Amino acid sequence: MGTAWNVYDGNKMSSGAMYGRTLAELAAKDPRIVGVTADLAKSTNIGLLGEAFPDRLFNVGIAEQNLFGVAAGLAKVGFIPFASTFAIFACLRGGEQIRTDAAYQKLPVKVIATHGGVSFGAAGSTHHCIEDFAIMRAIPNMTVVIPADAYETAIAVKQCIDVPGPFYLRVGRGMEPLLHESEEDKWCKEFKIGKAMTLKEGNDVTIIACGVPTRDAYIAGDMLEEQGVSAQVINMHTLKPIDEEAIIEAAVKTRRIVTVEEHNVIGGLGDAVASVLAQSGKRCILTKIGIPDEFGPIGKPEDLYAKYKLSSQGIMETVMEIMGKEIEEDDWSDED
Amino acid sequence: MPNNVSVAELKAKAKELRLNIVQTTFNATSGHVGGSMSSADMLIALYFKYLNVDPKNPDWDERDRFVMSKGHCALAYVPCLAMRGYLDLNEVMRNFNKTESAYGMHPDSKKIRGCDASTGSLGHGLPMAVGMALGLRLKKIDSKVVVMTGDGECQEGSNWEAAMSAAHFGLKNLIWIIDRNHFEIDGNTEDVMSLEPLDKKVEAFGFKVLKCNGNKMEEVDKTLAEAWATEGPVCIISDTVKGYGVKQYEGKATSHYCSFGAEESEVKKFIDEIKNREF
Repeated sequence: MGTAWNVYDGNKMSSGAMYGRTLAELAAKDPRIVGVTADLAKSTNIGLLGEAFPDRLFNVGIAEQNLFGVAAGLAKVGFIPFASTFAIFACLRGGEQIRTDAAYQKLPVKVIATHGGVSFGAAGSTHHCIEDFAIMRAIPNMTVVIPADAYETAIAVKQCIDVPGPFYLRVGRGMEPLLHESEEDKWCKEFKIGKAMTLKEGNDVTIIACGVPTRDAYIAGDMLEEQGVSAQVINMHTLKPIDEEAIIEAAVKTRRIVTVEEHNVIGGLGDAVASVLAQSGKRCILTKIGIPDEFGPIGKPEDLYAKYKLSSQGIMETVMEIMGKEIEEDDWSDED
Repeated sequence: MPNNVSVAELKAKAKELRLNIVQTTFNATSGHVGGSMSSADMLIALYFKYLNVDPKNPDWDERDRFVMSKGHCALAYVPCLAMRGYLDLNEVMRNFNKTESAYGMHPDSKKIRGCDASTGSLGHGLPMAVGMALGLRLKKIDSKVVVMTGDGECQEGSNWEAAMSAAHFGLKNLIWIIDRNHFEIDGNTEDVMSLEPLDKKVEAFGFKVLKCNGNKMEEVDKTLAEAWATEGPVCIISDTVKGYGVKQYEGKATSHYCSFGAEESEVKKFIDEIKNREF
């Protein structure tokens, strides 16, 4: 596992920086790649593309409708545009352009949104984004990926070139600790858009996480082990198309699932998992950890993660609660 | 480059398009007549003289692009594409707005040959056109990108975001045509949300502004020729009459979306009126 908050150098290894660097590398090989941003070249790190290829990054100023309209137009004439702004401005200020210009026309507009969730803590709710999973999941043709750290971001950015149509990827502010040791660790090697990543096997409960808190879910898995609970931990980095098989297997195996996401508990990972479970006919207790349908306070991201039980401690406590719940008597004989 | 089709030929084509609009509206029971009739002359001049396109090769990389940002006027745009040879005109007119048809109230670029962009929600065309123009420049293709918006549509802020960027990026190959027919759904634009002085506003955003009577083919032809020869971004404010071609509907907000009756005898009256009129 990668480094933790206190020793982590956000500027060197942030998801955003990794994105910008990866994009510039990709652009050196692929002339179809261009970038568009709305006065956030530096903050989202798409500016690294512009530093390498000044004529291939277009900054439209603070104008998110134009940002995604321009991106769609570039895609129309054969480019693969990466469009970057903060998540909240992407999904809501420019949301209709993403839907109608990019998704409706199945254009390869790659939306790389930063500062998602409550990662921009002190900026407050105008800059938090706890709605994007719900919005982006509901748009036809859209693929939605929420990488757990900078390494997964780099891999997903490379893989998304071959994903047909529009693509949405959300990262945090860029100071998050790393889940992985490198892009070459055993999990990263298996990273494939649409395929869940099992971080830890277990028999009593499954924690399904995405994004920044995935690392905390993994740590919580170890903490639970010490308490005698065998927790399986799944990194559901792709929200859409979601790996239904992995969810159903987990339900049958552990009968208890806890979802963990830096998003409103409405419409995100938890609801996506709930939908798969409900339609599967498998019995399973589900608890969703996330932002409980409220606008969060200002504060340091790590404080907000703790408040919303997105920390390893909070996840561990929530899992212990679900372990105490009774599962309705049933021999499950009708399932297999 | 523009070919040398005569004004008389363009006028005849525009008359034919108006007849097709009326018949299609009748077949579909109703339609966005007002803005379709007002923009008919400009569309014909573009597709039959100015746009460098090839209906046999609709995805040709070096073609001129056209974005019908006022997508509700698919009623004029899609029959015009058919007349130009992209589609079967009879099929378009028969199936317009029908269930599972490729030809709905707003054009779908995934389903309509020759349609460069799906539109319908207003204020989307100019930003897409800016992206196309930037992309073509990057590819060193000097084709034109032409976008037609409505006038009421100019109330959408996204147009002004895009206009600002078109000038900032110095898009020499961009032509923005505003079909200034003076009416939107709720009434005259100046009553609903005033646009004037529209020319000064567009000019202040960095466009060279040309003006013409958009229902007079002589003026349309002359103005497009000037736009083609001008280093952009250029904006043509095409002053038109909503519903132009059928007296009963001219200059009225109610012609925005209307019908030509339910009986053949009713629509025949309108068709005869257009046939007998000098445009």
